[in-house]
Amino acid sequence: MEEKEKQKKAYQEYVKQVTPTHNIFLSMLRAFFCGGLVCLLGQGLISWFMSSGMEKDAAAAWELLVLVGLAVLLTGFNLFSKLVKFGGAGFLVPITGFANSVAAPAIEYQKEGQVFGIGCKIFTIAGPVILYGIFTSWLLGLIYFILQQCGVLA
Amino acid sequence: MKQGKASIRFEQPPEVVAAASVVGKKEGEGPLGACFDEIEQDPMAGQDNWEAAESELQKRAAETAIRKAAVGKSRIRYIFAGDLLGQGIATSFGMAGLGIPVFGLYGACSTMGESLHLGAMTVAGNCAEYVLCATSSHFGSAEKQFRFPLEYGNQRPLSATWTVTGAGAVVLGRQGGTVRITGATAGKIVDYGIKDSMNMGAAMAPAAADTIYRNLVDFGLEPGYYDKIITGDLGTVGKEILLQLLKDKNMDIEKQHMDCGLEIYDNEKQDTHAGGSGCGCSATVLAAMILPQMEKRKWRRVLFVPTGALLSTVSFNEGQSVPGIAHGISLEY
Repeated sequence: MEEKEKQKKAYQEYVKQVTPTHNIFLSMLRAFFCGGLVCLLGQGLISWFMSSGMEKDAAAAWELLVLVGLAVLLTGFNLFSKLVKFGGAGFLVPITGFANSVAAPAIEYQKEGQVFGIGCKIFTIAGPVILYGIFTSWLLGLIYFILQQCGVLA
Repeated sequence: MKQGKASIRFEQPPEVVAAASVVGKKEGEGPLGACFDEIEQDPMAGQDNWEAAESELQKRAAETAIRKAAVGKSRIRYIFAGDLLGQGIATSFGMAGLGIPVFGLYGACSTMGESLHLGAMTVAGNCAEYVLCATSSHFGSAEKQFRFPLEYGNQRPLSATWTVTGAGAVVLGRQGGTVRITGATAGKIVDYGIKDSMNMGAAMAPAAADTIYRNLVDFGLEPGYYDKIITGDLGTVGKEILLQLLKDKNMDIEKQHMDCGLEIYDNEKQDTHAGGSGCGCSATVLAAMILPQMEKRKWRRVLFVPTGALLSTVSFNEGQSVPGIAHGISLEY
């Protein structure tokens, strides 16, 4: 039995050696560049909205709306996945990735109906982000509350 | 007749009466483009969804093979068919209209080997004059079932393979063909504990090595007996591992070895990373390339070894490994 486990381990090590991987530095460089591009676009939008007389909060909200709308539109034309193939996390980490992860299942599962298709499966990818995002905010809020009560924070 | 530990030698080898392949656009643009019977340009094949599209491809491949066999549909006694989808729905809905008794099979991407093995035994055992063996896969339905919705943005690792959109079908009979199935070696489930579902070549290579090794030992052959030893969908990574695993057992098949997954696409130009995969990969390459090459007498003896990775999203999420299986079919002119 132990012999077999050893054999399996040796095989997995060997597989690791022969399996080619993407160049991590190149991937990071692309992600950095593309992520920066998305941020630049966002900042450009905010500045533009503010210059046309919007309050800062309103401008930020509109900026998010435009980015989300753009990502959903690109998803619909099947262009977003091509961008991600190049830019990776650069496009996935900003809100554009979140929009794509909701729009893509909506398109795919639409064939299975409005309720059991779109309804049940639209959040299959974004669901964990939403659940654990809210849970983490609650946890941080609790810690903040306790620290406040102890007088550590004002 | 039984041969060795897990093989069969057919005393009256069943013959391949006809074969047909139907593929999608991307496969049609690949190196084998001119060899397929039909290239469907519409990813939905005129249907409403991926699953129905796959069924349609399987149906068309079956109908074309039956028409080419020219023995009359009523003389085909059984169908042995399978696909990758849950509960084998591509097969159920694809074969429903043919009105022939069906055995639905699942052997992941090795299913074409499984269906040929069972079909050949049925014909050789005189349980049927003719049988139809068919499998299919579809990029859209496979991505949806095993990975992500198609429009979702993610980066595929270099070891990932591209599921072939296509279906292949073969009519086997007691006579009427030129290529015969002279023997078969059934596959064992081989698990070396690989947990990366995006590196299926590495998961399946040990199973392919095991089946090829047992075939040669059971029949008392050297690799050189075969003109070609053709695996299903190991891809670049799996091919390298297979050759190494057999070299470790003092068996060198480098000269004979080919992989259907490496034939169907031009990995560089078509951006398919490690190669093609899916039930449809080995089935369409068998129908479009291997059998025609044998009929042209370029290859006399071929060991056809479709390979499968036996995983589901459930077993994967529950932390199970990805076991492999491979079925060996000896084809001779």
